Amino acid sequence: MIKDYFTLAFKNLKHRGVRSWLTLLGIFIGITAVVSLISLGNGLQVAIGSQFGLSETELITVQAGGLNFGPPGSSVSDSLTVDDLEAIEKLSSVKQVARRNLKPGQLEYNNKIIFGYAASVGDGERRKFLYDQLGVETISGRLLEDGDSGKIVLGYNFFMDKVGLEKPVNVGNKVSIEGRKFEVIGILDKQGSFIYDNIVLMNDADMQDLFDYGDTVDIIAVQARDKNDLMSTKEDIEKLLRERRDVKVGKEDFSVSTPESSLDQINGILNGVKIFIAIVASISILIGAIGIINTMTTSVLERRREIGIMKAIGARNENIFYQFFVESSLLGLVGGIAGALFGTFIGFVGTIGINAWVGADIQPTINFSLIFFSLLGSFLLGGLAGISPALEAAKQNPVEVIRG
Amino acid sequence: MVKGEKILIELKNVKKHYQMGETVVKAVDGITIQVNEGDFVAIMGPSGSGKSTAMNLVGSLDAPTDGHIFLDGQDISTLSESDLAQVRGRKIGFIFQSFNLIPNLTAKENVMIPMMFQGIDLEDREEKAESLLSLVDLGERMNHYPNELSGGQRQRVAIARSLANDPEVVLADEPTGNLDTKTGEIVLNFLKKLNEEGRTIIMVTHDPNLAQEYADIVYWLKDGKVDKITKRKVRKS
Repeated sequence: MIKDYFTLAFKNLKHRGVRSWLTLLGIFIGITAVVSLISLGNGLQVAIGSQFGLSETELITVQAGGLNFGPPGSSVSDSLTVDDLEAIEKLSSVKQVARRNLKPGQLEYNNKIIFGYAASVGDGERRKFLYDQLGVETISGRLLEDGDSGKIVLGYNFFMDKVGLEKPVNVGNKVSIEGRKFEVIGILDKQGSFIYDNIVLMNDADMQDLFDYGDTVDIIAVQARDKNDLMSTKEDIEKLLRERRDVKVGKEDFSVSTPESSLDQINGILNGVKIFIAIVASISILIGAIGIINTMTTSVLERRREIGIMKAIGARNENIFYQFFVESSLLGLVGGIAGALFGTFIGFVGTIGINAWVGADIQPTINFSLIFFSLLGSFLLGGLAGISPALEAAKQNPVEVIRG
Repeated sequence: MVKGEKILIELKNVKKHYQMGETVVKAVDGITIQVNEGDFVAIMGPSGSGKSTAMNLVGSLDAPTDGHIFLDGQDISTLSESDLAQVRGRKIGFIFQSFNLIPNLTAKENVMIPMMFQGIDLEDREEKAESLLSLVDLGERMNHYPNELSGGQRQRVAIARSLANDPEVVLADEPTGNLDTKTGEIVLNFLKKLNEEGRTIIMVTHDPNLAQEYADIVYWLKDGKVDKITKRKVRKS
């Protein structure tokens, strides 16, 4: 009997007009939003994380200004200085520190000008520390060494012609940065991060010449003595800097972030986006449910005669109820299927898009349990929306509806 | 069982009154009708005579305001709506003036529907529907939708449907009302054939010629009452 209801409902749905299908837009949009968001969510997390170099590093980074992801080196009122760096270096929980300056500038090559970031590399132990921590390797040429002057190492995207110069840059080429000629001596291997794949690495002396930033420091990279206790090192640094900069707890004009805290922050942003989309999806689904109630109620009115016939030839009230109930559930399911398919499609295309954009390598995945539950949900929602119209259908009086 | 021995349907002083605004409409006002097994009964009357209401009462589609209706010895005027539907589906086959087929279903599926409500297996339903459609000469058209069939063919599908659950009585409400004379005759001959095979037929019509030509007993209704009853002495065929 249940199978019969489905067969009948399926036949009736097949003969439905465009109007009925349009009412499914709400469910369709809702399910699409949920499925695509969740499919994309993990990709987004990896993508954003990788953009900030939050891979497997165990570095603590110290920056002036509040905790934000604004461009490093952008005007910060009270910059960190070499003095701050040296004070941090003296902390007992700190193993070593590296000075990093990151400056925006223009680069000219092949008669094209692009804007990007140049990052400084210090000398000696600090160079080694930075290379180790970032895990940089060249695919062509070599890394910068102490004493290299007028030489730079470029990120992978320069080599792949992905930075807008319309010509790949290779070892031995000369580029002009802020009006000064530099020789490219190495190309970094792909890092999968927007920042590092587009970076220009330069020795500190050259950078100082070019940008004249004096003893200010954009980022202090800190390696803790105990890598399993980043939190206490972080607290030590915060305490020290509060004293040095004379600020109270909660009023810090600097930020000390561990990979986890940065990740937390990214997750916070992502959760905000998720909540927003969840709200949009809920509203869509609610509208979808109202759409189904509407279309089913209309359907009951249009098919009063059919209901009368069914009753005349032996249908009990519950038979009529179930028929409309199942039909409504199927209607919801159809919206859900369309939404799940489209949502998965968006997840796929979006992931591929993220990969192409940031040069990451995230595998698009199909989340079958997500699809299953969204289909189940839309089926149940359709049924729920159909209860009232189905009850209405069931109580039609055969005598009144059969004539005319 | 020998024809006419067993009382199949009995209406005893049945009334159906409606309140319409201030006035009470006495659609049926105390009629007594007796239908024996194997009879071909016609309920005859002009428009407004109450014959449609009488038909609904006989077919257990409607409950009387007063009086009793017995179907196969059971008082159906007291049954719940659900039980009534069950009884109706099993014991009565309906044929309507406007065919009343379900447009989204093929001829065969339309015939299968009443059996579905009686919980009959899908295979049995299909087999029975096919044989019934062959019986009304529509074996070639069982997968056609109602809108692909002529009026006469639709009414034959309706006849096949009315027989789906082997009902004890077939109730035909103006079965030829929407058909031309020739097609109407074909449909009526099917009914006659069914009656000759022992099936009880009740036909509601406004056409006295039809009533007298095909029915053994004619109840002439007028103003909600039975005006007269005429019986044919010798069966025509």
